[in-house]
Amino acid sequence: MVRFENVGLRYGMGTEVLRDISFAIEPQSFQFLTGPSGAGKTTLLRLILMSLRPTRGFISLFEQDVSQLDKDEISAIRRRVGVVFQDFRLLDHLTTYENVALPLFVQGQEDRSYRAQVVELLRWVGLGDHIHAYPPVLSGGEKQRAAIARALIVQPELLLADEPTGNVDPTLARRLLRLFMELNKSGTSVIIATHDLALMDQFDSAKRFVLGEGRLHIYD
Amino acid sequence: MTDQTDQDTDLGFEDDQPAKTGARSLWARKAQKFVQSRLPLIPDDTTASRALVTVIAIMTFLATLTGGGAVLVYDASKGWDSSISQEMTIQVKPVLGRDVEADVRKSAELARSMPGFSEIRAFTNDESTKLLEPWLGAGLDLSGLPIPRLIVLKLAGSPRPNLEELRRQLREQVPSAVLDDHRLWLERLGTMSRALVLIAVTVLGLVLTAMALAVAFATQGAMAGSREIVDVLHFVGAQDRFIANEFQRHFLKLGLKGALIGGAAALIVFFLAGIIASWWVASLEGNQVEALFGNFALGAAGYVTIIVIACGIAALTGLMSRSVVLRRLRRVN
Repeated sequence: MVRFENVGLRYGMGTEVLRDISFAIEPQSFQFLTGPSGAGKTTLLRLILMSLRPTRGFISLFEQDVSQLDKDEISAIRRRVGVVFQDFRLLDHLTTYENVALPLFVQGQEDRSYRAQVVELLRWVGLGDHIHAYPPVLSGGEKQRAAIARALIVQPELLLADEPTGNVDPTLARRLLRLFMELNKSGTSVIIATHDLALMDQFDSAKRFVLGEGRLHIYD
Repeated sequence: MTDQTDQDTDLGFEDDQPAKTGARSLWARKAQKFVQSRLPLIPDDTTASRALVTVIAIMTFLATLTGGGAVLVYDASKGWDSSISQEMTIQVKPVLGRDVEADVRKSAELARSMPGFSEIRAFTNDESTKLLEPWLGAGLDLSGLPIPRLIVLKLAGSPRPNLEELRRQLREQVPSAVLDDHRLWLERLGTMSRALVLIAVTVLGLVLTAMALAVAFATQGAMAGSREIVDVLHFVGAQDRFIANEFQRHFLKLGLKGALIGGAAALIVFFLAGIIASWWVASLEGNQVEALFGNFALGAAGYVTIIVIACGIAALTGLMSRSVVLRRLRRVN
């Protein structure tokens, strides 16, 4: 599903922030990506999301060489990937409902066809009472949940989540992790970037990708 | 997930009415879908949007005013052409030692003997004197002045009179008479009206160029301000075409709003100008101005021109923004 071979990345003429990164994400797998702050977790997720191009190495996504993709093919692949950003990236002028429905709207689906699905997901993440609220009036945790709902609404084949439980209480964090695990059981590969050890301990069977000093170490 | 449709009405959604597929064409539904985006991805109610609507309204007003003015001048020039070219005059100058009345009669006879005129009317001395009243004033005794006498010849249309022959006969038999077919005057008027129309078209072009530049800058500003939106759209799989469509829809809406305001203002101005001109034309001065410049009332062609310009400006706004967005997205990628 995702394959990195000897991938390196440097910004400008600086030193490499990621060096010789090689790994493979299998279908229906679950992995945590961890490491100290500034280790390059978000950068690695951005490489997978194709918002950064590597300075060297080979990346393939869904069996396609990323360097050979045109813009429309990149868009098509992104529709198969759900992303939860660390800073949420909700659009402030859209309601919670509209933010969550955005990926389906972009795919050209009619509002009536996805309304029930979006509302149910919002209720599931505890935002049933905030359907028409705008992000500026939501708390950090509520924004986090709205961002997660937006990533899940398309039932993605691959889910990338950058610190998805960083702004929620432990109870909701466990609930969200359970959601990710259910999603994984239904066929979605999940990569969660976190440095929350307690969260990782709740799912011992998940692979751990540990980034440190630009290199990646994998623990099964 | 269970079906929640039944509960939707409790959630504050404005439910769409069932589609009346039979009553509306596919294109009408497509057009409505294009204009009405369910999600307003680009915020509408911003200071920049309001400023752009104002700029477009002003530009549309100026452009439609110029376009309407050009149509007025063109119509007036056609009026001059048709009315003046259907008439010519023989001017008989009073010359010492010649009987001016006899010269007038002889000149009219020569004209009558020539086929191609439908009406020949010799102005009397009093009528000729009255023609000078607007310039010299009424109640003056002009009997001491050598006032030229006029004979108005109206063309029948077919056959065309042989003007060279008439000129030759007048030269030989009435040396004080001169035939004036207004050709010089017509040529000057034609040149002037063509120049005015050309100036109007140039001004229209400049206004449209200035508006296109304003829209381009506004689009770039909107894109810079919407960078977060564009990023998120890319991450959820939006293609550049989709993003460009959203910006185009946004600016088309602003363009339509501005063009509607500016175009409506211009229509009102022309409508009021027509009413005021019709009042004014009742006066002597108004009559003379109308005779020279034609009627100030804009005809159907003028109103259509204004509507076409306003619609064109709205379309230009949408297309310009689309082009800017696509170019910028290409650069970003």
